[in-house]
Amino acid sequence: MDEKNVKRDLNVSALCVPAKGEAGRTGDWRDFRPVIDHKKCIPSSKNKAACFLCWLYCPEGVVKMSIPVEIDMDYCKGCGICAEECPPNAIRMVREGENDG
Amino acid sequence: MADVRILTGNEAAALGVKLCRPNVVAAYPITPQSQLAEILSRYVEGGEMRAEYVRVEGEHSALTVCISASTVGARTFTATSSNGLLYMHEQLHWAAGSRLPVVMCVVNRGVGAPWSIFNDQQDSLAQRDTGWIQLYCRDNQEIIDTIIQAYWIAESLYIPVMVCYDGFVLSHTMMPVDIPDAEEVRGFLPPYKAHTLLTPEAPRTINSVLFPWRRPNPEGVLCDGYMEMRYKLQAAMTRAHGVIQKANDDFAGVFGRDHGGLVWKYRCEDAELVFSGMGSIANEATVAADLLREEGIPAGVAGVRTYRPFPREEAAEALRSAKALVVLQKGLSYGYEGCLTSDLKAALYGTPLRIPVVDVVAGLGGRDVKAREIADAGRDAWKDLQAGKQGNRSLWLNCYTGEDHAG
Amino acid sequence: MKEILWHGRGGQGVVLAAQILAEAAYLEGYGGVTSAPTFGPERRGAPVVASTRVSRNPIRTVAQIEAGDVAVVLDASLFGMVDILGRLREGGPLIVNTPSSPENLGIEGCYTVATVDATEIAVASRLIVGGMPVVNTPMLGAFCRVTGLVTLDNIERALKRKMASDAAGANFTVVQAAFEKTIVREKEKERHG
Repeated sequence: MDEKNVKRDLNVSALCVPAKGEAGRTGDWRDFRPVIDHKKCIPSSKNKAACFLCWLYCPEGVVKMSIPVEIDMDYCKGCGICAEECPPNAIRMVREGENDG
Repeated sequence: MADVRILTGNEAAALGVKLCRPNVVAAYPITPQSQLAEILSRYVEGGEMRAEYVRVEGEHSALTVCISASTVGARTFTATSSNGLLYMHEQLHWAAGSRLPVVMCVVNRGVGAPWSIFNDQQDSLAQRDTGWIQLYCRDNQEIIDTIIQAYWIAESLYIPVMVCYDGFVLSHTMMPVDIPDAEEVRGFLPPYKAHTLLTPEAPRTINSVLFPWRRPNPEGVLCDGYMEMRYKLQAAMTRAHGVIQKANDDFAGVFGRDHGGLVWKYRCEDAELVFSGMGSIANEATVAADLLREEGIPAGVAGVRTYRPFPREEAAEALRSAKALVVLQKGLSYGYEGCLTSDLKAALYGTPLRIPVVDVVAGLGGRDVKAREIADAGRDAWKDLQAGKQGNRSLWLNCYTGEDHAG
Repeated sequence: MKEILWHGRGGQGVVLAAQILAEAAYLEGYGGVTSAPTFGPERRGAPVVASTRVSRNPIRTVAQIEAGDVAVVLDASLFGMVDILGRLREGGPLIVNTPSSPENLGIEGCYTVATVDATEIAVASRLIVGGMPVVNTPMLGAFCRVTGLVTLDNIERALKRKMASDAAGANFTVVQAAFEKTIVREKEKERHG
């Protein structure tokens, strides 16, 4: 590593700040990706700020609390917790390389 | 006009803490520290000290409270003794590793088993490698003054400091103490400024798991690994030599009392027989040195005030004229020798001083150590020297060590 | 340096007496004073010892006193239990709370012996705390009379620094009474030599 041109860690104690991509670009860890059916999704279909359980449960914080709901696929690890928790079953896990169907 | 009061060591310590205006005090009472914890809780209850006194269920929690409070910007204080300090052991590493300037009084007491409530220094010596600065006090004046310096040192370096003083012999003995003026202390000791303030406005994780290697964060900063963080502590400890001396010298400038910084010297200039020790036993040795001087033996004392970081150069300098060294200590590394003996021998390595060193273990579990007994040990070392005996020796002062105990 | 040992029983206030003397000696101009209790558990009624050291220069020793220059005994019943004379340098003085005269105390050896009935003085002054007559402060009066180490004025000032003013006043009354009533028998140098 080029020791001269890196920004140094000047912290006296070990610490980290919450930041997007703190653990690297995790989207490429994925085997299955979440696909949202916005006709079934409560906030998307009713155009109301309601439910958002996917946002609440996502361990990586990659779900955006928006209408329609969006998932940042650069960092989604494909764990499937959102699909498991979605009350109207609006999220399906689809194998990478296959079509959304 | 000077405000001189006749105080116990614990009373002096409590006044010293009050003068430093900590925001949070958390302490669990234990003999012989109890009086200190009691007085501080009374100060808080009576409104004399504007601090939060957090009552805890044990010493591990006491230090944890100080660690947490220090992380959110509070000046903190705790105190303990003996097994209470041992119970804090895990959190001692945590405070030092987090670089939090907690100040703690250790009222030195022997550790169990078997139980003892009486003085020795095995408790703090056993915490030597936790990354805390350790300062040892000779008398009650030095206790109050050292606490004020301890905050200055801790907050300059972000290293926690133990102010150690002997249980009972200092903690419960009254002597005159000149109380520093509160306004002057305020001028000497600036307010505590945390290196990293943990607040809801700036959320962050302190002390998350660090990997063996360094790692770039999303902003492109190459974050230190565990080993770099530990190196920073060691580097700060090396810097501490100068900071401790400066705290001593600046304090002397303001308050007129110089406690010697890292190593204090008594009649050392031409001393050929030098005693060393920490705390009250080293002060007792000054009386022994006087007795030996009356007999024509050129004796002196090099007292170690700062045990960690160890004052290698200052100690070697103090021993410049020595032809024999007698190290008095109230604690040892079982299976080897007195802790201070090892350190002083190491300090002499590579210097021209090749002198016999007598390792004296004394005063364990409160056994009284008298100046005449110290003088006897010194006289024996002097006789050996005159007889041309050059080897190192070990002895347990005033302790039955007969053959039937050696098996 | 003068070393004083205070012998009494737990609850009689030897520790406080040792402290008041240290305080008074400092006020008297002695730069070095220390006072210490017997280290360890304190039990009411058990024999206890407290000590005061007084010196012109700052004191660098905290070792226990092997033999004192002065022994003050708050409870004469201790003579059969504690080797008081074994911890007193030859000559004394030995100052005892007892109704006996120095001659009738049966002390052998070359000591200045002084006696005062501190218990009677405390009872007469109705200075009773927790059911026990206060005997520690009157013995400070006897101490002043015998040793001259500190003045009564400084004992009074020390009392005021250590206790509330009404208590200090009541205690100083018995200090003065004991000072007056102390009987001293000087050690007999001439007789033997």
